Amino acid sequence: MSTSDPTRLSRRHTLSVLVEDVPGVLSRVSGMFSRRAFNIDSLAVGPSEIPGLSRITVVVDADEVLLEQITKQLNKLINVIKIIELAPDGAVERDHLLIKVRADSTMRLQVTQAVDLFRAKIVDVSVDSLTVEATGAQDKLNALLEVLEPYGIKEIVRSGTLAISRGSKSMTERALRQ
Amino acid sequence: MSSPAATRTASAAPRIYGPGRPVEPVPVTGSESIIRSLEALGVTDVFGIPGGAILPTYDPLMDSAEVNHILVRHEQGAGHAAQGYAMATGEVGVCFATSGPGATNLVTPLADAHMDSVPMVAITGQVNAQVIGTDAFQEADIVGITTPITKHSYLVTDADEIPRVMAEAFHLASTGRPGPVLVDVTKSAQNARTTFSWPPKVDLPGYRPVTRGHAKQVREAAKLIGESRRPVFYVGGGLVKAGAFDEFRRLAETVGAPVVTTLMARGAFPDSHELNIGMPGMHGTVAAVAAMQRSDLLITLGARFDDRVTGQLDTFAPGARVIHADVDPAEIGKNRRADVPIVGSLKEVVPELTAAVEDRTARHGRPDLDPWMSQIRRFQTTYPLGYTPPEDGGMAPQKVIERISDAAGPEAVYAAGVGQHQMWAAQFVKYERPRQWLNSGGLGTMGYAVPAAMGAQVAAPERTVWAIDGDGCFQMTNQELATCAINGIPIKVAVINNSSLGMVRQWQTLFYDSRYSHTHLNTALTPDGADVVRIPDFVALAEAYGCVGLRCERDEDLDDVIAQAMAVTDRPVVVDFVVSRDSMVWPMVPAGVSNSDIQVAHNIKPEWDDEEAPDEHQ
Repeated sequence: MSTSDPTRLSRRHTLSVLVEDVPGVLSRVSGMFSRRAFNIDSLAVGPSEIPGLSRITVVVDADEVLLEQITKQLNKLINVIKIIELAPDGAVERDHLLIKVRADSTMRLQVTQAVDLFRAKIVDVSVDSLTVEATGAQDKLNALLEVLEPYGIKEIVRSGTLAISRGSKSMTERALRQ
Repeated sequence: MSSPAATRTASAAPRIYGPGRPVEPVPVTGSESIIRSLEALGVTDVFGIPGGAILPTYDPLMDSAEVNHILVRHEQGAGHAAQGYAMATGEVGVCFATSGPGATNLVTPLADAHMDSVPMVAITGQVNAQVIGTDAFQEADIVGITTPITKHSYLVTDADEIPRVMAEAFHLASTGRPGPVLVDVTKSAQNARTTFSWPPKVDLPGYRPVTRGHAKQVREAAKLIGESRRPVFYVGGGLVKAGAFDEFRRLAETVGAPVVTTLMARGAFPDSHELNIGMPGMHGTVAAVAAMQRSDLLITLGARFDDRVTGQLDTFAPGARVIHADVDPAEIGKNRRADVPIVGSLKEVVPELTAAVEDRTARHGRPDLDPWMSQIRRFQTTYPLGYTPPEDGGMAPQKVIERISDAAGPEAVYAAGVGQHQMWAAQFVKYERPRQWLNSGGLGTMGYAVPAAMGAQVAAPERTVWAIDGDGCFQMTNQELATCAINGIPIKVAVINNSSLGMVRQWQTLFYDSRYSHTHLNTALTPDGADVVRIPDFVALAEAYGCVGLRCERDEDLDDVIAQAMAVTDRPVVVDFVVSRDSMVWPMVPAGVSNSDIQVAHNIKPEWDDEEAPDEHQ
C-alpha cells in the first residue's frame, strides 16, 4: 500500500460494496465487521439499478493497512460482487437528516430563517415544533444541527452516508464487465 | 482496490464437483434431490445422525447404492469424521445432522474446519419454512450461528434450488482456500415435489479465486531469492491443500534453502530430506526457530504467520524480507507485511517460481548458501529434538510416540487431539508424506483425534490409522468407538495417559508456581500421585465398546504392546499408555515473548555461537 497523504483525513474511507440481493447478506457484511473488530462509522443499503444487486455504502475508520484488510475480508464474502473506494474529491457524498426542533410561535420565524440559510426544508409543523429535512455532506448537516441546537432539539433521525462517483462511469458497468 | 494483492482475476466458470454424469429431468421429492445430488457429486461416504427435521432425507438415503452413511454417536463426531476424511484424501467430507441441537453440535467441527481450511459440506435439516422464526421445536438459526465460522452457508426453502445449492456448496468447499459450507434445508423443502436434473446451472458472480500468480511478482520473488544469503522456506498447510508436494520439492532443491514445515504442514515435505529443519513456532525445533530469527528472506507458501509460529510479532524474524504466496489474498499482509505478495494457487505459483528461479540462476548464478546451511547444521547438532527419561521413573511419552511411529511407519495416518501429546506427535512421528498427519491446528479442538481417525480410516481402509490422543481429549469424543466397532472401522487409539490435562498442567508448572488448579483427571494416579486410580479404566471402557483394550506401563513392555495393537486388524484397539505426569514439551517459546527467547528446557536458553544473533537486527 502507498503511504497516505498526510493532508487528508486518512482514517475515514467510504466504500461502495455491490452485493447480491439475497437473504442475510447485510448480516454477513455487518457480522464480518464486528467479528474482526473493524469500526463502521455509517452504513446504508438499498437496491442498485441492476435487479438482484444491492449497493451498500459503508464509511469505515481505518488506516491504510487496515483498509486493505477490510476490503480483502469483504471480498471473501461469496455474496460480495465488487468493492470500490470513493475518494472524497472524486465522489459526491450525502447524508439525510430529519430533525424535530422546538419552535413555538415566538421562535418559529427564527428557526425558519436558519433552515432557509441551509437550504433545508420544513416538512411538518405543529403548535410548538417544526420538523426539518436536510440533505448534504456530513459537515453541513453538523453545522445545521449546531445552529438549531439552542432552540431545543427533540428528535434526530439520520441516514448513513450515501456516495456515488463523479463522472459518467457507473460501478455496476465496471463490475459486470469483468 | 488498487493493491496488486487485492486484484481479483476472473477465472473459468465454476466447475461442477465430482464425475459429472448428466441426469435427464426426473420428478422427485426435495429429499431425493439431496441424495441424487450427492450421488451426482460422487460422494460415497457421509457421517451423521437422523432426527425430526432431517427424517425425510434419511428415507431415500436408505435406498442409495452409492452413498454409504455411517451412523455416529454425536454430531460433533460426524463433523470431525468428515474433516478427517477430507484431510486424509483431499476430497470434500460430508456430514448430516438434524435441526436445533443436531446442528449446534456441528458448530465445533465447522469452526475447526474453517480455521484449518478443510473442505467440508454439512447438510442440516431445518424446521418447516412456515414456522421459521416462531421458536418451533428444535429450531435454531444455524445459518446465523455459523456465519462467522463457515466459508459460506445456505438456507434452502425451495426444493427446486437443491441441485444448484449442492453443486455450489461443493465448489465453494473445495476450491480457492477450502473451507466448510453449511446447507440448511427446511423439512418442507425436503418434502416438496420438484424436478431433479444434472448438472445444474451454477452462478457465483462474487466468487473468483485467483489461480495463477502475477508474473511480475513471481519474477520479483525470484530476484529476492537470488539476492538472499539466509533464505528459509516457511511452508504451511496451504501446500497440503494445494497438493503441490512434488512441485515444492523441486523448488526447495533448486533454491537449496532450509525448509520449516508448520504444524499444519507436517509431511508436506519429507522429514528425512536434508533441507527439512523441522517445525517452527512455540514448540518448534531450535534450528527452525533460530533460522527464521536470523533469516534475511522468508519464502512463505500457504502459511499465515499464526501467533503460535511468530511468537511476539514485532520481534519475529526481524531481519527478514517476506515473500508471501497464498490463495487467500486476505492472509497476505494480515499479520506481517509482505515485500512480495503473490496471490494464487500454490499448484501453479510454485512451478512458476521454480522456473523464474532457474531462469535467474542461468543468468546470475546460484548464491552461495553454504555458510548459512553450516550455521543451521550447528543448531541442529547442538540442539536436536530430544527428551530425558522422567525422574519419577514413569514412561517417557515421547518414546511411546516414537516407537509407534517406528512400528506403523509413514504409510500410516496419525491423528492427534490437542495438547502435549499433539506436540509430541508433531515432533516425534516421522512424517514422509502429505496427508499422513491430521490435527486441529488453528482452533485447538480437544477431542478431534478419535472421530478424525475414524473418518480417515473410512477414506483409506487399507491404511493403518493411529489416533494419538490424550487422557483428557479421549474423554471428550470416545463415544465414536461404538461407531468404529459396529462398522468395522479398525482405528488404533494410543491414549498418552498422564492422568492430567497435560499442557495446562505444564503451564501451571511453568507460570503458576506449580499450583495444579483442576488439571488432575484421575485416569491413572490420584492427584497426590500416591495411589492408582483409573476413572475411567480405559481398558475396560474399550472392551465395553467392543474394542480390544491394552495397557502399557513399563518401558520394557512398550514394543510388545505396540506389536499386539498392530496385530489387531478386525476391531478398533485402545492402548492405555500410562506415562509420566512430569514430562514437558520442549523446546518452548513462552506465549507473548520473542522467538529469540526460546528455551530448550526449563529456564535453559540455547547458547548461540554465531554472530547473527537476532537481537543485533532489532
